[in-house]
Amino acid sequence: MSDLSDLYQQVILDHNKRPRNRGRLPTANRVAHGDNPTCGDQCNVYLRVEGDRIAEISFDGSGCAISQASASLMTTQIKGKTAAEAEKLYQEFHNIVTTGKAPEEISDVGAFAGVHAFPARIKCATLGWHAALNALKGDPASATTESHLD
Amino acid sequence: MPSWSTVRDDFPALHQKVNGHPLVYLDNAATAQKPQVVIDTLSHFYERDNSNVHRGLHALSMRSTDAYEGARSRIAKFINAAAPEEIIFTRGTTESINLVAASWGGANLKAGDVILLTEMEHHSNLVPWQLIAKRTGAKLRYLPVTGDDGLLDLARLDRVLTPEVKVFAFTHISNSLGTINPVTELCARAKKVGAITVIDGAQAIGHMPVDVRAVGCDFYAFSGHKMAGVTGIGVLYGRRALLDAMPPWQGGGGMISNVDFFESRWKPTPERFEAGTPNFADAVALGASCDYLDALGRDQIQKHDGELARVAYEKLSTLPGIRLLGPAPSQQERGGLVSFAFADVHAHDIVTFADEDGIALRGGHHCNQPLMRKLGLTGTTRASFYVYNTPEEIDVLVKSLQRILKFFAG
Repeated sequence: MSDLSDLYQQVILDHNKRPRNRGRLPTANRVAHGDNPTCGDQCNVYLRVEGDRIAEISFDGSGCAISQASASLMTTQIKGKTAAEAEKLYQEFHNIVTTGKAPEEISDVGAFAGVHAFPARIKCATLGWHAALNALKGDPASATTESHLD
Repeated sequence: MPSWSTVRDDFPALHQKVNGHPLVYLDNAATAQKPQVVIDTLSHFYERDNSNVHRGLHALSMRSTDAYEGARSRIAKFINAAAPEEIIFTRGTTESINLVAASWGGANLKAGDVILLTEMEHHSNLVPWQLIAKRTGAKLRYLPVTGDDGLLDLARLDRVLTPEVKVFAFTHISNSLGTINPVTELCARAKKVGAITVIDGAQAIGHMPVDVRAVGCDFYAFSGHKMAGVTGIGVLYGRRALLDAMPPWQGGGGMISNVDFFESRWKPTPERFEAGTPNFADAVALGASCDYLDALGRDQIQKHDGELARVAYEKLSTLPGIRLLGPAPSQQERGGLVSFAFADVHAHDIVTFADEDGIALRGGHHCNQPLMRKLGLTGTTRASFYVYNTPEEIDVLVKSLQRILKFFAG
């Protein structure tokens, strides 16, 4: 097994302990729920979309440090972005957690590169992102990490 | 008394390193390791006796049939059933309970009837009843759990165990709380209102003496793989009078006495409930598991596992912020597991870190989602013990947890 300090980077611990944009967003006009049935991880993402941009975003839920930190960081990444930009950021994030290769220009999300050595945890890292993308698509149905998504 | 220090030598899987540390296997409530004698019984069966059972007139088929039916008799003796015909081989506890729910429930339940369960049931003793309730119009009702001390709220039993209750299904030992339920009393109380009883014995069967006639239950379900047996084999014990009155639940070869184009007649129990080629090889190996556990002595195993749970409970209770589930050992005897949670560290992070120290734990809802929700938990971390675990391994666990708490506090 790789060293756990590769998985539990400082950035991840920090977001887990002090999550950003955590809680319900009363002004949300898009909401989606994500879950990970085997783990029991849950994540709700609340968006207020104005025009084609994400004006406000928050999340709540429960799960391991990886899933909570990833959802927290995700909210900081896609706030102010369009759906297409958010999708692109997710693709970059997905590449990081599945290949372990973090592009140099990306800072905090690079902390998730260590996840790739723990395949069982990739679905934890992507849970919040799936919920966010579903919310953007206006699909309130559960994003589950255990079908075609990962 | 068994020599516990040499018991470990019987289990080849224990002798390995995980992440550079000697394996500390504390995931026995999920599945137990297998002693060499059980592994050998299985491979010898395949090497010498393998042949399909029943109707066979050649030497190997007769040997195989004798071994399979011998295993049935062995298991009947293991739980003190009145006759081997009361032992039905299944894939495991889940299939056993599905069999009772579908066959007995399908034939006997109707709208207005009540199925009584407890709040601590594993999904395997919950979902099959939801399915049959939907099919028959019967209603589900629950005997509550008191709280973190994980006891059934017996003071409320009279209120929920009413004459509308046709079946009362409950676990012998809770897989997430470690509570040993007063099954004999529950069966006696159910009998008074005319309800049949179904016991989920998955966590009890390999860990304590089980005498189905002394308990007085109608059905008792268990799995082989949690009692030092192989996977893929389990048992449904049922009282013969009930089994003989039940319709088949799967159709196929081996369970019929006569088949016509438009209708068939069934064999009596147990064949009626064993359609198709049964899992005879794993059944034979399960017989060897019974021999192994009886040689150690199940009363001794209960003492050993309960003592490990007591030591673990007490040592873990010194960790800051820990929330321990199930009855305190000072309150009542526990099954061989401890389940705990921390407010700030998720169970899956704990399991990942413990694995780095070679410790196998399980984290999550343990197929007890409704109970976890009731207790306001998203899951727990569980350490579960078996005959080969030692007090030293509990020290390794405590040390590992101290390291994890420090890391996440940092």
